[in-house]
Amino acid sequence: MYICTPNYVWKTHLMSSKLLLNSTEIHIILHRLACQLIENHNDFSETVLIGLQPRGVYLADRLSQILKDDYNIQGINSGHLDITFYRDDFRRRDAPLEANKTSLNCDIENKNIVFIDDVLYSGRSISAALSAIQSFGRPNIIELLVLIDRRFSRHLPIQPNYIGRQIDVINNERVIVHWKEKDGKDAIHLIPND
Amino acid sequence: MSQLSVEHLLGIKYLNKQDIDLIFQTADHFKEVINRPIKKVPSLRDITIANLFFENSTRTKLSFELAEKRLSADIINFSAGQSSVKKGETLIDTVNNILSMKVDIVVMRHPNVGAGVFLSQHVDAKIINAGDGTHEHPTQALLDSYSIREKLGSVTGKKVVIIGDILHSRVALSNIFALKMQGAQVKVCGPTTLIPKHVKSLGIEVEINLKKALAWCDVANVLRVQHERMDIKYFPTTREYKQLFGINKEILDSLDKKIVIMHPGPINRGVEITSDVADADQSIILNQVENGVAVRMAVIYLLAQQIKR
Repeated sequence: MYICTPNYVWKTHLMSSKLLLNSTEIHIILHRLACQLIENHNDFSETVLIGLQPRGVYLADRLSQILKDDYNIQGINSGHLDITFYRDDFRRRDAPLEANKTSLNCDIENKNIVFIDDVLYSGRSISAALSAIQSFGRPNIIELLVLIDRRFSRHLPIQPNYIGRQIDVINNERVIVHWKEKDGKDAIHLIPND
Repeated sequence: MSQLSVEHLLGIKYLNKQDIDLIFQTADHFKEVINRPIKKVPSLRDITIANLFFENSTRTKLSFELAEKRLSADIINFSAGQSSVKKGETLIDTVNNILSMKVDIVVMRHPNVGAGVFLSQHVDAKIINAGDGTHEHPTQALLDSYSIREKLGSVTGKKVVIIGDILHSRVALSNIFALKMQGAQVKVCGPTTLIPKHVKSLGIEVEINLKKALAWCDVANVLRVQHERMDIKYFPTTREYKQLFGINKEILDSLDKKIVIMHPGPINRGVEITSDVADADQSIILNQVENGVAVRMAVIYLLAQQIKR
């Protein structure tokens, strides 16, 4: 079976892929995360939700939609941030990095930022995002929300404020998050690396 | 595709359509970067770039320098007028001396055709041609096409006329290669003495009537008369050139459509183009300058990507 993501084609065997979360479980988790955000950010007037490209944007857009549709919170500031030019592995990878679009149409000066990403692994992407966001101003605080927190795999002292599910995975396994908007259905799989 | 098919940027003729698309997609991201409050990314902080200008330049040199600084590269600048070239040093010796200071990329402008190609065969660094004689000026052609794409949505199918001194223009040749590669229709217009004899072999048409050329095109790229490269008289007087090939508001108003006006600079106001046309809303001359930084950032970034540590 071939699972397509924007940057990779994952060759994997159906038998060796393990379903971590199905769409119902993801739905419940997203609503819990939305409620946790409301607890800390009230009416969201001073908050900006920022999805990290490429895969964090689906989670950020979904959470914004849930907050608007199910909890009637209007006028949420949100955006997408690409970290490609801030990564510390430029010229150190076999495959060249591909940039994505940054769209941040609101002022972040003194705002409460929530970075949103699908999987937290080494923490290097978040480190790059912390550098990237400084190009737009000086936020008041920056928090981190992730759907999957891979414990025991951090390279940097970075911990999330909001966690969908914490999992323990060995280094040669990959966590793949599928989104309905991109991949046809919501699901999270654990697959072995080739 | 996320990598260039070439190891150096020596000319448009060495690129393919995918390379140009990749450069433009990357430039889109850098255009967003240079409009942020802090217009700098750290990607090239361990890269050193030498800007070697063996010929005068203002905007190209500044544009490259700014692009390199926006990417956080270290820069050394070199101008032939103040160097040991005057003492008889060869090009390879000059460049090898600079490279021994651990330079990764060389941006070079040189009066001799093929200087970039020659250098790429003899030194161990990425070479970016910033103009070699009357041959090619690839980054100018890229930023011109990028500006057309930005203004009109696409280059494919557009009618572009290049007006002026085609004979001495490296901008014209690189533009012809780039526009044809992207599926544009291209004509050149100018005094017959300033149109190269074999220009039609590049698959383009020659039009010597300015009014007809402007009525045909979507975009007019106006070039300067390069007096400094002329060893003989190619037309009787500047006044006559201005009357036959100068673009003014009157001639543009007589067209039944609004065409896009471009100029790579420096402009000789009142000769090839009048001030009111250069400053009109259909002119994208200043957009070309802004896009030049983004496109050059993209080219440098994509070539630097190939340097492995």
